Amino acid sequence: MSFVLLIFLPLLAALFVPLLFKKVGKIHTGWFVLIIPVVLFSYYVSLLPTTIHGGNLVSEFQWIPSLDIAFIAYIDGLSLLFTLLITGIGALVVLYSIFYLDKHREQLHNFYVYLLMFMTAMLGIVQSDHLITLYLFWELTSISSFLLIGYWYTRDRSRFGALKSMMITVFGGLMMLGGFVLLSIMGGTYSIRELIPQATELVSHDFFIWALVLVLFGAFTKSAQFPFYIWLPDAMEAPTPVSAYLHSATMVKAGLYLVARLTPIFAISGTWMWLVASVGLFTMFWGSFFALKQKDLKGILAFSTVSQLGLIMSLLGASAAGYHIDNIAETTFKYAGFAAIFHLINHAVFKGSLFMIAGIVDHETGTRDIRKLGGLMSLMPISFTVAVIGAFSMAGLPPFGGFLSKEMFLTAMLSLTEFDLFSMDVWGILFPVVAWLGSVFTFIYSFYFVFHTFAGEHKPDQLPKPAHEAPIGMLISPVFLALLVVVIFFIPNLIGDWLVKPAVLAMQPFLYDSPEEIKIHVSAWHGFNPEFFMTLGIFAIGFLMFWTLRKWQKSYDLFPEAISLNALYDNMVFLSDTGANRFSRIYMTGFIRSYLVYMFSFVIFIVLGTLFLTDAFAIDFTNLAPVGFYEIVILIALVGSTFTILFSKSRLTGIIALGAVGYSIALLFVIFRAPDLALTQLVIETISVALFLLAFYHLPQISRKEERMRFRFGNALVAIGVGVTVTLVALSSLSQKAMPSISEFYKETVYKEAGGGNIVNVILVDYRGFDTLFEIAVLAITGIGIITMIKLRLTKKEDQHENK
Amino acid sequence: MRTNDVMLQTATKVVTFIILMFAVHIFFAGHYTPGGGFVGGLLTTSAIVLLMLSFDISTVKKILPINYVTMTAIGLLIALATASGAIIFDVPFFTHAFGYFDLPLFGKTSLHSAMLFDAGVYLVVVGVTMTIIQTIGEDE
Repeated sequence: MSFVLLIFLPLLAALFVPLLFKKVGKIHTGWFVLIIPVVLFSYYVSLLPTTIHGGNLVSEFQWIPSLDIAFIAYIDGLSLLFTLLITGIGALVVLYSIFYLDKHREQLHNFYVYLLMFMTAMLGIVQSDHLITLYLFWELTSISSFLLIGYWYTRDRSRFGALKSMMITVFGGLMMLGGFVLLSIMGGTYSIRELIPQATELVSHDFFIWALVLVLFGAFTKSAQFPFYIWLPDAMEAPTPVSAYLHSATMVKAGLYLVARLTPIFAISGTWMWLVASVGLFTMFWGSFFALKQKDLKGILAFSTVSQLGLIMSLLGASAAGYHIDNIAETTFKYAGFAAIFHLINHAVFKGSLFMIAGIVDHETGTRDIRKLGGLMSLMPISFTVAVIGAFSMAGLPPFGGFLSKEMFLTAMLSLTEFDLFSMDVWGILFPVVAWLGSVFTFIYSFYFVFHTFAGEHKPDQLPKPAHEAPIGMLISPVFLALLVVVIFFIPNLIGDWLVKPAVLAMQPFLYDSPEEIKIHVSAWHGFNPEFFMTLGIFAIGFLMFWTLRKWQKSYDLFPEAISLNALYDNMVFLSDTGANRFSRIYMTGFIRSYLVYMFSFVIFIVLGTLFLTDAFAIDFTNLAPVGFYEIVILIALVGSTFTILFSKSRLTGIIALGAVGYSIALLFVIFRAPDLALTQLVIETISVALFLLAFYHLPQISRKEERMRFRFGNALVAIGVGVTVTLVALSSLSQKAMPSISEFYKETVYKEAGGGNIVNVILVDYRGFDTLFEIAVLAITGIGIITMIKLRLTKKEDQHENK
Repeated sequence: MRTNDVMLQTATKVVTFIILMFAVHIFFAGHYTPGGGFVGGLLTTSAIVLLMLSFDISTVKKILPINYVTMTAIGLLIALATASGAIIFDVPFFTHAFGYFDLPLFGKTSLHSAMLFDAGVYLVVVGVTMTIIQTIGEDE
């Protein structure tokens, strides 16, 4: 079975969603949608036995063979892990959304179409071996994320958040495309599998560092790394199932996936290691630090996601150290890669459950403002339990999955101090310090999230709705995820062997031959080593600071809003908008005559300039035919009517004289035996005179008394310039034939290959069919434009309120 | 400003048909002798414009109850379909086909897929020019 087509299954299913929503309104559309991720998940689970031992599967589907672009699904440990996350969490989120989104009030068809579109895009990203299709799916996730954030499109904040996320991630995506193109130029292929073996040659290439930085732009914007993370908190305007799915479990991990996938290509470089590890670690600290400033439950989780993504990113960076160590299996450097993947799984599980709890609290109390919440523990006991499990796992407390990966994270960061390349020996000490600080804040915000919501004093008067426990259906998904959190703690090595090690092998293919060679045994107790004492410190300091949180939380408000990154973004958007507006106001006068002056001056400048530069002036009268009597007569008429236009006092005279010019040119065509042109010119002239006469009614009077136009020196100059230019071009092109005329080719082939006799028309419909196709498209657009200008004129000012 | 142009109106009644017939002829002959969809379309338009000049817009609308916007759209679709139809036959986009066929009444006739494309052009040209003239003319 060619499983590459399964990527498109959600997209195909999306076609039926609107139909189901309209026709089977009684059943929540989500139930039908749920089938898709469940089926996909069970199919992909069946591929697990292949990857456990380091095997892989490839399936191809040709898309544009002439450009060598194909959909190639490549399943190895890494892509399968992500695939399972996407489909597994996807199924849980869809289940949750069935109870979260009301089937009568919400536009479910939109929601599920976007969600399924996203699923296809995400599967495409993690399975694509071809960089161009990867890019395609990458942008598709940005677009579906845009649509989902803007799902409640009547809200201002939703639209703002949607646009912001789109701007930032698409900007990164474009940078990444540049990186991909550079990679393909260096390696001669778009296939990631074929690029990886060339890694050692690529590193010395001139473009290498450019490709590296550009690709990282893509990864950092998507995975909300500093300073691009600002879109993620605003993306929380999306419905909570979307936040749980896109903005914590899957889409934001696409950047991590990309970094992990391309690690074999870039990891040899010190720049890569430094950039990925330090940006990641700084993001981890920054995110956790500012999570405590948030008052919105989902805001806390958004910053926490930023921080956790940074943590995984820094581990991915640290794993690059393994490429510079001989015999990695004997050192502590082996932990970074393992910890990255392990924590990625943990994070998807506990953050998914926390988001769902935030959604439940929002749904059942009507607010997410943590200042109004409190004391929900007794009212919502199941939600509270789930929240505690999720938050404790996030804080790194035993006996939850997060504890194990957090320990390993500290080990990996400590190991960096022993690394002696890329001046790590000097700066390496910063890594464990910042990691420790970040972990302390992580501990505090985890407690802040749980206990300020569920413990303390209940304030029913501040809640829009009386609080009560969520319906059972809504609790299934978070409870299941919370159970997983606990289960992972007790069977970490099973998870390690089945999911983590095969993925690590894909990340570090040069270091190991099979997943079994990765000798890592996860255990909860390591003895009294530095990590243990660091963890104790985190717990102690974290707990103390949480206890005193109310005293120092206010100091966050001291940070001036005006110099934040958000303000920077807002200013940039504002400036580009109004700046562009102001700039165009300078030259857009609203008068066609000024535009004509611009255009004609430009034509003169370009054409005369080219003539000068290429030294193309050549005037040679030897090949000219004699000028006959009729030509002279017609020319006199032509010149005469042209002057009539200039000196005419009324517009009517001008229009008729203009028609005369056109007809005399048509006559010239007749004399020079171009019946096609003559015919067209005649008809065009007739119709355009009729049109002019029609439009004539609508023109304003130039002045009360009809008099001829004033003489304008500038316009005269442009007019004379155009005349001189055209004459010079005509003479020069007549006098020298740089290349043989194409008409011979037409003469030879018009009957043989195009089956016609009239060259002019065959050119129109066949040789240059594309031109004609686009021309008639332009014609149609013009027609629509004129209709909109005339029929849909907005007369009242009220109609202009677009932004309510 | 209603004038009773008896001469113009009488002449128009005859001339319009001549122009229309000529337009049809020129459209079909286009592949071998001067003409084609573009000129054919323009000629048709000029016939209609002549009608409009000698009668008025509402009369012409009664005679020819055509939605020119739809006409434009149909023309564009025909042109696009002809161009992309080539894909079905596994040849590059915009490859035309032609051949000679024995048709009843016409005898040996050359048929050409470019003709279909040209029909699209014809419809777009008539549609757009008439849309423009009608919308501007109706706007008082």
